[in-house]
Amino acid sequence: MKEGIFEILENLPLTDSVYRMVLSGDTSEMTAPGQFVNIKLDGLFLRRPISLCELDGDLMTLIYKVVGKGTAAMADMVPGQMLNVLTGLGNGYGLSEAGDAPLLLGGGVGIPPLYELAKRLRAEGRKVTCVLGFNTTEEVFYAEEFKALGCAVTVTIRDGIPESSSEGRITEAAPGTENALGTGILYKKGFVTDALPVEYSYFYTCGPEPMLRAVFKSTKTSGQFSFEERMGCGFGACMGCSCRTVTGYKRICKDGPVLRKEEILWDA
Amino acid sequence: MGRLSIDFFGETLDNPVIPASGCFGYGYEFAELYDINVLGTFSFKGTTREPRFGNSTPRIAETSSGMLNAVGLQNPGAEKVISEELPKLSKVFRKKVMANVSGFSVREYAETCEMLGREPQVGWLEVNVSCPNVHGGGMSFGTDCSQASEVVRAVKAVTKKPVIIKLSPNVTSITDIAKACEDAGADGVSLINTILGMRIDLRTRKPVLANTYGGLSGPAVFPVALRMVHQVSHAVRIPVIGMGGVSSAEDVLEMMMAGACAVEVGAANLVDPYICKEIIETLPNAMDRYGIESLRELQKEVK
Repeated sequence: MKEGIFEILENLPLTDSVYRMVLSGDTSEMTAPGQFVNIKLDGLFLRRPISLCELDGDLMTLIYKVVGKGTAAMADMVPGQMLNVLTGLGNGYGLSEAGDAPLLLGGGVGIPPLYELAKRLRAEGRKVTCVLGFNTTEEVFYAEEFKALGCAVTVTIRDGIPESSSEGRITEAAPGTENALGTGILYKKGFVTDALPVEYSYFYTCGPEPMLRAVFKSTKTSGQFSFEERMGCGFGACMGCSCRTVTGYKRICKDGPVLRKEEILWDA
Repeated sequence: MGRLSIDFFGETLDNPVIPASGCFGYGYEFAELYDINVLGTFSFKGTTREPRFGNSTPRIAETSSGMLNAVGLQNPGAEKVISEELPKLSKVFRKKVMANVSGFSVREYAETCEMLGREPQVGWLEVNVSCPNVHGGGMSFGTDCSQASEVVRAVKAVTKKPVIIKLSPNVTSITDIAKACEDAGADGVSLINTILGMRIDLRTRKPVLANTYGGLSGPAVFPVALRMVHQVSHAVRIPVIGMGGVSSAEDVLEMMMAGACAVEVGAANLVDPYICKEIIETLPNAMDRYGIESLRELQKEVK
């Protein structure tokens, strides 16, 4: 863990409520995909934990959804502003178990941490399949970016895809057809778990808890889950985000946020 | 003897800055960030006889200038603290540590204090009779003079180390409880623990915390803490350790002027993990600004 001052290079909306922020600074503590940073914001007591989406030298890309005061304040920030950031938090995803054809399952703002993971898995020459879940077509982001990494990408939309195509790159794609508009992205109505491929060597997932529970039940192989919890410190000191696991109590912030499928105990 | 050193229960501390229990783990986590030997000492995570998971999550909520927690005394239990946590700590901390103890019966307080009191690295026992987040224990011992006295007597009977009783602000008269502890033989008191509060999520219309209520800490509570430290230090002769929302060298001086012999720093560590080191480094400058030659002098002047 390290405290650093980062400069905002970019802060733009990807959808109505999801933003991408690019930060420049000392990223030396960010070693694994699935790690997160904790950002100090003026006038707010607790820092805001945000997952790493992409790492490129001194540049860190974060994708966040505006859900409260902190993320609303972040959305108002402009390039040139400086942020106090704790970096190198959490364990992150482990790549060694991935096998030759890993499956990545993301839901909503659980998708960004899978991007750096996909990048690294692709760099190792693995055949990566991604299923990205959203509630509506308007919420879709980053499907093309995963595709550009060379992943096979399916986007699932809970509310379905409107038949009369309206404006926007996603709704132009014909429902259920592969290679629509040459993007090679398959769009399906339903949940992430409605679009699991038949064969995969291992899986990685991040998303809302109901989705994670469904993934836990529907997957046939071992895999890694990234969890979210309200945190105090983000570095293991306050015990605010603890959970029970097969191997004892774990702190989501320090011993997680990534847990192996075998160690997860779901609360009733 | 430096300008920052203070008298502390018959010993000398290099400075009055003490990370508070629950905000500093068992110390070694912070030792990865800086040399924690710069601290006066620190109070380790509240420990009970048996291991505890604590309350369900969410157990953290933000407030204006502070936070609520309802962790509920998660800890590995006294035996594991002795066999696993303290050996790890001794590798990175060569000073004595303050053992923070909680319990659900007078007997449990005494047993845990006896066990931890035997540990050579434990210099002081801070007995928490004020945790607002556990049911049927914790704070209930600190809101009643006779129960608090009973805990003090039971603990004093099993250890020779200084016993400091950590007091709850969630009482009608904190001075009455402090006096009862003093009369029962406590060597000192520390205050304040968190103030019971709550937040409601407007979207779900339900409490943010799974435990409904939680303890408020952070800068929001500083004036309340300062007032109570002032009242208690005028009501008892034993030393008072001040805490509650302290986050700067100036806050430390204010607490000491209110009568605190030393100052614990809690929630600020969670937001700025280097804060205690920074407070210690900035104290001399702040003392210069307000004409304070040494903290020992300030201690004597105020008492």
